[in-house]
Parts: sequence; structure tokens; C-alpha cells
Amino acid sequence: MTSKPEMTAADIASAVAGRRMSALDATEAALARIKQHDGILNSFTDVTAERARAKARAVDADIAAGKDVGPLAGVPFAVKNLFDVAGLPTRAGSKINRDLAPAKRDATLIERMEAAGAVLVGALNMGEYAYDFTGENVHDGPSRNPHDTTRMTGGSSGGSGSAVGGALVPIALGSDTNGSIRVPSSFCGIFGLKPTYGRLSRARSFPFVVSLDHLGPFARSATDLALAYDVMQGEDADDAACTTTRGLEPTLPLLANPVSDLRIAIAGGHFQNNVFPEAVEAVSRVAKALGATRVVDVPEAARARAAAYVITTTEGASLHLDRLRKRANDFDPAVRDRLIAGAMVPAPMVDRAQKFRRWYRAQLAEIFRSVDVLLAPATPCTAPKLGQVNFNLDGVELPVRANIGIHTQPISFIGLPVVAVPVPLEPLPIGVQIIAAPWREDIALRVAYALEKMGVAAAPAPRGL
Amino acid sequence: MAEPLDDYIDAVSKALALPVEEAWRPAVRANLEVSLRLARLVDEFALPDETEPAPIFAA
Repeated sequence: MTSKPEMTAADIASAVAGRRMSALDATEAALARIKQHDGILNSFTDVTAERARAKARAVDADIAAGKDVGPLAGVPFAVKNLFDVAGLPTRAGSKINRDLAPAKRDATLIERMEAAGAVLVGALNMGEYAYDFTGENVHDGPSRNPHDTTRMTGGSSGGSGSAVGGALVPIALGSDTNGSIRVPSSFCGIFGLKPTYGRLSRARSFPFVVSLDHLGPFARSATDLALAYDVMQGEDADDAACTTTRGLEPTLPLLANPVSDLRIAIAGGHFQNNVFPEAVEAVSRVAKALGATRVVDVPEAARARAAAYVITTTEGASLHLDRLRKRANDFDPAVRDRLIAGAMVPAPMVDRAQKFRRWYRAQLAEIFRSVDVLLAPATPCTAPKLGQVNFNLDGVELPVRANIGIHTQPISFIGLPVVAVPVPLEPLPIGVQIIAAPWREDIALRVAYALEKMGVAAAPAPRGL
Repeated sequence: MAEPLDDYIDAVSKALALPVEEAWRPAVRANLEVSLRLARLVDEFALPDETEPAPIFAA
């Protein structure tokens, strides 16, 4: 049996565990697709072919010996290049970090994926230091949208969106500080999970804004998302924010449970403003399929977005202050100038943003007393053209970069779990956020799975290749 | 002609020992204007004195 691009991770793992396909064949097929298409997509910055082959052979040997190989046996995956990969400097999309010593040990999430039988095939392009919503990178070139290679992938996990959207690998990992999993999921037409803040370990990944940073998976189906998410759960002393109280809460066994008992509402106010008709249509299709008619206003969401912006720019500036002093000319100039400005924001304003965060969290906690799921656009538009500076909305010219994340930022600001589901509109897909209460990833994944089964959410075959 | 924020940028640049080359100044100023506008939006929101910050968010 030969691995085909349309095979999900669940398909591959089943075929490998059932000895209908070897892990090595699945790995070689992914490496061949990368070789064939990545010249255009530019999603990979490192292909770890020899490591991947060695791991695949080890999985095959374990199967031959009758050992348990885990639920992701032989599944190729790749990671945003801010994850430590043993033997590579963790560049985090930058030029500066290429001078770092190679990482000695893989990131925790890579270790957990490989412990479940998955096979790492490489590291993926990203916006510099994750301060990006476009997927463009001045050092490595832009990752390209698999449905139209003249368009953005979205960022900052652009390579993750492109690699999964282009079906080079069935699963990728990325990070999301303000929307960097949900935005590329939307533009590239794939499923993405940003878990609850503190759910998945960030150990041995390069940080951006520690009080907002999350890691999570991308996939072409809700089942694959749940598969990857479940094997990555668990406490980790190497990440100070990683939960020590929740334990393992597998979602896969709950995925096919009915959603008819869930109280699902549409997020109103800010989430219905500044959106293109495509985003309205996508939310409408999802709401209709789920029978959701109630609209719930999320109070002060625009202010929450502003507070997230302030915390991001100042914490980011603090992280990079020394590099800005010593190697300013080695930054992407656009990132450098944002970070320098961030260093100049007065401290009381940052403190007030953090205090507002607690107030806003309490408002959402109140909403989740009477609602299980909120629906909102993942992006206000489908993928813009590479290099596009402005878009025209209702006759008003708005900057693209500043507006891509306006609907994701107020959600990650308070760490809520979200699955971005792809709605396959023509000519380009767009995502909808399925937002649940803290620690209820199971509910968001269940709704994503139901939408997929109804045919409302689907990862379209890459049309730009 | 000097822009309103230029003196502030010069002062903070000096205080933080963070050089700002002349060629970068317009973009730094534009970004700072956006950051301060959004910060003011947060600042305007009245919160009780007892409000605790949430530097690490635990859901």
C-alpha cells in the first residue's frame, strides 16, 4: 500500500499498525511530496530526512517485534521552527537565532508525538519571532498558500498552514500567541487547535509573549487534531505555566458524541464588525448546521484586543531588548520597528492591560455559564495577496496586517480553547472559531467533528499545486 | 519639523540604551502611535482599585 496525500493521520496509523503499509513507506511518501511541492510552497526550512528514516525504521522494527507502537505509528509530522529539534539551531524565523548552538534535546511536544509513533520530517517556516499574521519572512521568503500560491498563508505559523494545507504532511505543530494557529488554519483551509492556556507544554520552544503563548496542532480532519492533541497532553515541570491539576483528559473517545445537547451561540458585537462577506457566510453556514440562532454580545472585546496588543508589544520588546541593542540590523525591519516602539510604552499602561484581562475573563466566565460554545470568524477575510498592504472594506481602506487578527486576539487573551474549522468556500476557504470554556477542548473538538461529518467543515484539496 | 513623539522617543531611547537610527524613526513613531492609541483605549476603562493583574492567565 502506498501513502497518498489524501490519507489522514488516522488512515496512515491504521495502515502502518495493520502492516498494510510500512512507516518507512509513509515517511518516504511525505519526503517525496515535500521535494515535489515545497519549492513552490516554501513551507519547510529544514527537512530532517535521515532522522525521519531512522525513526520510521524503528517503528517498523517495533511492529515486527509485536510491540505497541502508539496511535500515531508512522505518521509524518513537522513543526514550526521555534520548536527545539535536536541538532538544529532554533531559528524562530529569525536570522539572529541561526547563530545559536544546535538544540540538544527536542521540544516536549515532539518527544510526545514521537513516543506515540509519529515521525518528525522537518521544521517549518514562520514569521520572524512569531510577531506576524502574514506568513511572510524576509530571511526565508514567504510560505505560500496551497490554494493560490500568490496569496498569504497567514501567520505566524505560515509553514505549518502551508505544509498541512498542501497535504505534504497530515499533522503540523505551531504556536498561537494572538492567532498564529487560527489564522493560517483559516487561510489554508485546515483544522487548527489552540488549547486552553497552560494545557500543552511549551518546554523547549522559543517564546514570544509568555503570558499569551500556546502550542497546538494543525490537521486535515478533526479526528487527526484530537489524535495529536491527546498524545501531547500531560504535565511538564519544564514549563512553569503547564497545568499540574488537570491530568490527562482524552478527547478522542468523546469525539462522536452528539452535539444536540450543547448550547451554541454566535459571538456578537466586535465579532460581527469589520468582516468581509465570506466571513459572514462561513459563520452563517456553521451556525445554521448547528441550529445556533442566539447571538451573545462579548463585552469589551475590542478593548480586549487592544490590551492583548499592548501586552504583546511590550513583553515582546522586553524579550528581545538585548538583541535590539546589539543586532538591530539583523531583524526584519518591520519586526524591529514594532518591538522598539513596544519598549517605549509606559509601564502603567501594561499593568492596566493585565488588570483589564482579569475583568474581561470574569465576563466570559459569566457567558459560559449559559453557553457551551461561541462561534466567531477566525479571520475577517480569505487569504490576501502576498505583500498586500491594505484591503477595502465597505469603502474604507484598512491595513491588512493590523486587522487579520482582530477576531482571534480577544479569545487567546484569556486563554480559551478554540478549534478553527475550515469552511470550503469558493474560490478560497476561510475558518470559523469554535470557542469553548476553559479546559473544554473536548467540546470544541466534538463540534468540529460534527461539522465535518455534516460536510460543512472540510479541508479542501490543495488547488494551487 | 519634529513630530510630537520625537522628543519622547529620543528620551526613552537614551534611558533604555536602545538606539533608534534616523531611518527607522518614522516607522517606530507610527508603531508607537498605534500602541499608545490602543493603550489609551485600555487606560480609559475604569477598574476597581482592588483589581488584580493577570500576568499569567490560569483559565
